[in-house]
Amino acid sequence: MAEYQTEPLKCWQKAKELRNNYYKNYVTARDNGGLRWMGSAWAFDAVPAGLGKDVYCITGEPYGASCAFDKPLSAKFLKAAENFGFARDLCAYMRNYWGSILADEFAFGGKYPRADFGWSQHICCSHAKWYQNACELEGGNVPLFVVDVGAGAYPPFEPEMYEHRVKYVADQLMDGIEWLEKVTDRKYNDELFLEAAWNDIRSTNKWAEICMLNRAIPTPMDEKTIYSLYVFGVLQKSNGEFANFYDELYDEVKDRVNRGIAAVGNEKVRWMSDTQPPWGFLKIYRYMEMWGAVSVGSLYTYGLTGMWLYDEKNSDLKPRPLPPTKPRTREEACMMLADWHLSKPEYQHFYHPEYKTKMMDAIAKNWKCDGIILHYNRGCEGLSIGIAENRLGLIERGNKVMTYEGNMGDEQEFDETATINRIDIFLETLGLQKPTNLTEL
Amino acid sequence: MSTEKFKEWYENRHEYQRDWKKRTDGKIVGYFCTYVPEEIFYAFDVLPIRILGSHDVQDVTEPHLFAMFCPFCRDVLAQGLKGKYDYLDGIILAQSCLHLRQAFTSWDIHRNPGWSYFLPMPNHVQSPRAIPFLVGEYELLIKKLEDLTGKKITNSDLKMGINIMNSVRRVMKEIYEFRKQDYPPINGVESMYMTCSQFVTDAREWLPVAEDVKEELKIRKLERDPGKRLLLVGSENDEIEFIQMVETLGERESIGATVVIEEHCTTTRYFWDQVEESNSDPLTAIAKRYVSRTPCPSKDWPQRSRLQRILKFARDFKVDGAIVIQQKFCDPHEADIPFVLKFLEDNGIPTYFLEFDVTTAVGPFSIRVEAFLETLEAEDDLF
Ligand code: SF4
Ligand code: SF4
Repeated sequence: MAEYQTEPLKCWQKAKELRNNYYKNYVTARDNGGLRWMGSAWAFDAVPAGLGKDVYCITGEPYGASCAFDKPLSAKFLKAAENFGFARDLCAYMRNYWGSILADEFAFGGKYPRADFGWSQHICCSHAKWYQNACELEGGNVPLFVVDVGAGAYPPFEPEMYEHRVKYVADQLMDGIEWLEKVTDRKYNDELFLEAAWNDIRSTNKWAEICMLNRAIPTPMDEKTIYSLYVFGVLQKSNGEFANFYDELYDEVKDRVNRGIAAVGNEKVRWMSDTQPPWGFLKIYRYMEMWGAVSVGSLYTYGLTGMWLYDEKNSDLKPRPLPPTKPRTREEACMMLADWHLSKPEYQHFYHPEYKTKMMDAIAKNWKCDGIILHYNRGCEGLSIGIAENRLGLIERGNKVMTYEGNMGDEQEFDETATINRIDIFLETLGLQKPTNLTEL
Repeated sequence: MSTEKFKEWYENRHEYQRDWKKRTDGKIVGYFCTYVPEEIFYAFDVLPIRILGSHDVQDVTEPHLFAMFCPFCRDVLAQGLKGKYDYLDGIILAQSCLHLRQAFTSWDIHRNPGWSYFLPMPNHVQSPRAIPFLVGEYELLIKKLEDLTGKKITNSDLKMGINIMNSVRRVMKEIYEFRKQDYPPINGVESMYMTCSQFVTDAREWLPVAEDVKEELKIRKLERDPGKRLLLVGSENDEIEFIQMVETLGERESIGATVVIEEHCTTTRYFWDQVEESNSDPLTAIAKRYVSRTPCPSKDWPQRSRLQRILKFARDFKVDGAIVIQQKFCDPHEADIPFVLKFLEDNGIPTYFLEFDVTTAVGPFSIRVEAFLETLEAEDDLF
């Protein structure tokens, strides 16, 4: 029996439209002389925005996830990548993406829309290689610029944010601007860049503020819903429409909290996840909801799009406040963006599992989670790095932890029955009883 | 032959290192990747030693490392967890691949010797911004080493460190020159012992032995037919057993081979490039060297610059064919391999691909390598 009142999100339709338009704009960009670029979800997308208002991007991770969602299509793309000679244990998003180029088929219909240039960032071993290879697969003449953000962890995980580290990233952005002018033969517009840089900062700040609202009981957004909403921050965080959408979303979620509106009416147990889910099997989340177990989020969904700072003293995670002033010059914007993004929670765990364990523990405690389910994700070395140590560290800090193996983008590596069995046992240890009225998944 | 000494050091690394500590009362820091600037450690009179795998079946990493990471990093971590390196004073990793980083961080959590450091070696080595950034990082590393040793260093200490490492690189290259000969007086196994023994010993003790070997090679003749000349390319590889198998095939089969050159982080990627000694700023000179050395594929972008180096090796060492070796799950190499294979084939170098597990028995590989050698023979017959 539902304990809490629920209702669908009002902005759902708008979210759908924005996402559809994003892909449509990319496909049709060239019809009016516009430009298309490809790159990672974490790329500094504000920078190419300075090339004009007719510049559109496609980011690889959400595209890979969209491919994975459609199992037969994904199987075809993965096969194409394997036939080309790519190992099956490489990043599953990347293989879906390469496969899509090789099969010359776009997941949203039509032929694969080739990019005019690649613009990306690098912290995972696969980031730059992804687009280096994509550029070759797209014909070999697609120019590529990649910004290295492997400049060390952000305080408090390091004693300070050393100037030369921020400068390293900012200088690459400055170089990138010159490079963009050269390869596109366009004059760079600093005003557009400054606006986009601020959109990036405000959208990633606002996403963190939205996630803070999920501390409420009942949770206003379950993680399945979050997956559909955090995506704007990984599609193009500097997009003004997306930043405005997050403002609207914040108001709506806040209103839900004020009125006690739940994402899942029978919320009894709250849990948090880790790493990307096996996208073809999101039904396991629905299955758990039937038990009354709701995933309230994860460091992954909160920190991939949102900007936070870890508060060592209180073992808490807090949205990183907006800088006091907007950037006024190109140099200022590059420095500001570099510093802002180097604090991304999802970058910190690349340096040490302890950092991630601390942030996850902060979520578990402050978002009042009863348990943690870690996805040992064979599809992503970047987010699985250190995950076994996270498990040990979280248990040591008094959390109840379950793990399952899978792959976010390759369904062949997910065993649904075995996972459901593990989930049953775990939910029982959290004090739930298997419902008698479980419907078919 | 003095190469025996290399083998002895390589096989008895722990005994050597313990003994070194006793003899010198010095400090030893274990490093996990060849992007660690050994020059700076020598400047502090700290012995940098590389932690390699044991090639034994290991069973202790399961709770610490998810199974999708490369066997080399698991093997390395196992050494730490089993306490094989309990005599170390510190550990360090320079930013390279994520796999090795886990071996390092787990070691840091469970077996921290009291000093441990992660050096953010830039990934974008093709950017002009990499050198100033790395100099900034070296300055932080130097502060950390001051904590470890209680010492301060000067430019002349750094120059001394550079000189030691450059001497190592120089003599290794000179020894490699012999491998260009039609009848190389040193085989692949001995060469591998040479480079890998340097990782585990004090360069100042290793150098005179290497100099002797160089002299001996001038007159040495091996009583064996070199057979097909092979290039090895790929992931971390100190697979002595594998090379041994390849180089003794000729004793058992109709066709044999010699490994004449490799592009690996245990050999040429490690030593091929020198620090410019004439540079008056030693820290910048060191940074330049690490930024411009043959990169690990994880740093080889946006241009895939390794390919030209590989081709030059193939030509200079007159190889008949190449074996591309990949450690299972090694993402950086996996992303390059289809392009490396195609590039070599396009340049007329017959190539064969093998996937390795550190603990894989080499037996099953022997049939495959032999079959590959036979195809090389058949190609020769065409002309
Ligand atoms: S972090 Fe994961 S999804 Fe991203 S490139 Fe690396 S392996 Fe792929
Ligand atoms: S073999 Fe590959 S994955 Fe393993 S440590 Fe070396 S580069 Fe990293």
